Amino acid sequence: MSGFSSSSASGRDIVALEGVTKRFPGIVANDSIDLAIRPGEVHVLLGENGAGKSTLIGMLSGLQQPDEGRILVDGKPTPITSPRHALALGIGTVFQHMMLVPTLTVAENLLLGGPWWQRPRTEELAARVAEITSTLGITIKLHAKVSELSLGEQQQVEILRAMVRNSRLLILDESTSMLTPKGIDELGALMRRLVEQGLAIVFITHKLKEAAAFGDRISVLKLGRKVGEIPPERFRALGEQEIISEIVELMFGQQKDDPEAVERPVRTVHAEAAPLLRVADLAVAPTDNAPGLSSISFDIRPGEILGIAGIDGNGQKQLAEALAGQRATTSGSVRLDGAAIETLSVGERRQRGLRYLTDDRLGEGTVGTFPVSINFFLKQVGAAPFWSKGVEQRAEIDKRAAQLVREYDVRTPSLKTPVARLSGGNIQKVLLARELAEGAKVVIFNKPTYGLDLANTLASRQRIRDTAARGLAVLLISTDLEELLSMCDRIAVIANGALVGIVDNADDARTKVGRLMIGLAA
Amino acid sequence: MTGLFSEVFLSALLFGAVTAAIPLLLAGLGEQMSEKAGVLNIGIEGMMLAGAYLGFVGAFYSGSLWLGFFAGAAGGVAVALVMALLCVRIGLNQIVIGIALTLGLEGLTALLHHFQFSRSYPRLPAAEVTVIPLLSDIPVIGPALFKQHLIVYLAVALVFGMGYVYRRTQLGLNLQAAGDKPAALDVAGIDVVRTRTVAVLTTGALAGLGGAYLANVGAGLFIPFITNGAGFLGIVLAMLARGRPIWVLFGALLFGVCLSLTTAMQVAGINIPTDIIQMLPFLAVMIMLVLFGRRASLPAALGIPYERGAR
Repeated sequence: MSGFSSSSASGRDIVALEGVTKRFPGIVANDSIDLAIRPGEVHVLLGENGAGKSTLIGMLSGLQQPDEGRILVDGKPTPITSPRHALALGIGTVFQHMMLVPTLTVAENLLLGGPWWQRPRTEELAARVAEITSTLGITIKLHAKVSELSLGEQQQVEILRAMVRNSRLLILDESTSMLTPKGIDELGALMRRLVEQGLAIVFITHKLKEAAAFGDRISVLKLGRKVGEIPPERFRALGEQEIISEIVELMFGQQKDDPEAVERPVRTVHAEAAPLLRVADLAVAPTDNAPGLSSISFDIRPGEILGIAGIDGNGQKQLAEALAGQRATTSGSVRLDGAAIETLSVGERRQRGLRYLTDDRLGEGTVGTFPVSINFFLKQVGAAPFWSKGVEQRAEIDKRAAQLVREYDVRTPSLKTPVARLSGGNIQKVLLARELAEGAKVVIFNKPTYGLDLANTLASRQRIRDTAARGLAVLLISTDLEELLSMCDRIAVIANGALVGIVDNADDARTKVGRLMIGLAA
Repeated sequence: MTGLFSEVFLSALLFGAVTAAIPLLLAGLGEQMSEKAGVLNIGIEGMMLAGAYLGFVGAFYSGSLWLGFFAGAAGGVAVALVMALLCVRIGLNQIVIGIALTLGLEGLTALLHHFQFSRSYPRLPAAEVTVIPLLSDIPVIGPALFKQHLIVYLAVALVFGMGYVYRRTQLGLNLQAAGDKPAALDVAGIDVVRTRTVAVLTTGALAGLGGAYLANVGAGLFIPFITNGAGFLGIVLAMLARGRPIWVLFGALLFGVCLSLTTAMQVAGINIPTDIIQMLPFLAVMIMLVLFGRRASLPAALGIPYERGAR
């Protein structure tokens, strides 16, 4: 911890936290945290899932009150009692989950919160918005319904809302998690312009690269404690790689390079081996809320990882579902190990060895209220030896579940714990255990590391590599280009429901994939 | 000619339709406001009964219909207060509490009425009508639509008033946000619990008024269970109206015609068993639900108590 002392409640701090502690039943979410937030700075709060970032935000935005310690606003101890109070103090928050009313227009959302007896002051708002957006270089469609905007646009509306309310401190909670790479860069540029206007920004993330790229000052949280801070002077003196290695040191207590940058082992894919999965001219009709697929063709050989890159919402989910049999196709063929499977049901495809790890872990992936043990066998309900003549064989299930829990390192209090109580990373392990079970030949991973913290991300990626190393064919769908570059043998790019190209993952893959993603030839 | 299409018959049919529609309209408008704010108000039948009973008692003892209406609205608000406390503030299940309130009020009003009047059903004098000059001279629809009690005109005016509130005012925005995304309203600095409480209490007032109208003007007396499902019809209307007050009005009139047909056809001496005629309004409900049920769009957070910080 260099160059920072909590007692320096200097006049420069807009908000300062002193020894703030917050407890929830069973855990200390925040343990005597000190934090200084200054105008003209992007203060990055970095930490894994469960490090206490969200709790800290909750207290700054008035949703929760600290059990111990105090919050100083402009140097004066000020309990922030409600969201309204936080707004009045000039603290605006953009939450991880969008806080806009989808059925109202942008203008109406911005007007929410005015005195109820008033008519909404639409003209006044339009003038104010024009003033703000012109200095920030963004355009906002005031009369569009929020539900019609992309996630990136919605986020801009939320930032704008904070500005309209004269916020001096803007808190961005995991704001990049739902954005495209381009959207993330735009957000970074927008934050820079905002701090140049004298705003203070608290930027919460668990991605090291973003912290290093966008921050002026970084505070690292770990298990509810602040374990270190990199002040601006030091920040400027270091290069991006040095900052990342310093953060990693703070987070893991040992010198390491960027832990996400794993050298891709050279795997031997037998080019002459017959493809395990062969998809030809697959097409899916578009629906109201999803694009269709057209002319999707690719092969995956045993031991190969084929990546699907592309901006979210370009048909990735439809592709995965069409292959798994969950979505009707209009034409094309899917051959698994030489046999046509396009007319088979979901269950039959699974039996033949096609496995699909959904990105919707709690929705279609698991039954949240069922115990961990049953969730391992959701797709085998009724099958021996776990069921016999329609009766559940508790002992068999528990025996095998205990094995899987050990094998896949699922951190669960017990086999009987409802799966929804586990963290995202552990739910993912349950899914991995279930889908990679005996008989798997081709595995489709849809955004396997989405929303996971670093440790679980690395574990999941290793599991995927191991899967390929066992000679299975892997289709890896991800919106994280770095992930694809670090893991795949070849990368296909999907845009508007069509595969626009497949490139070998060589040195120039990044540029080629990038060009394909924005619609140029590779 | 005692045929179906004589002027007298049609005029009586229409007049009856309006009389039957007004309680449904008031209940539907009230329910719509609750639902907009995210509270499924199943207790509305109970609120109407409280309004009908207190409205009748108020008018009976004071001799003033208007005091009766006032008492009815106050009765509705009193029941709504319980609903708001239990469902909005404490966050108990809205369906369970709503059913409990309805059943409780059915029993309570019947019991109180029995204590006061034993088995007699005293009548109020016929309600005075406000005649709108010129318009009331139009054949058939004139006497039906423009010779009604003043409160009928007020109720119709309320339709447009509420349309204005929903579309043009800050309160309208707040109500919709409370139903569609309460967390967004909360972080905008508006108290969700307070907004929903206001909506539920307004529902109570409107439902109570509707009940009082039903007893004092529609029937001229109070009998136990007099509302006979009018509150539930109001819920159906609110759900089919997709947040638009004008559709509540159309729906209420449609049901009103069906209810009125029941009496009118009996009077006209049509040779159909009364049981079948009395099924008409409910058949209409089912047909409406089959035809338009799919189009019903409900607020995303309907029926879910708001708890700050919960996801």
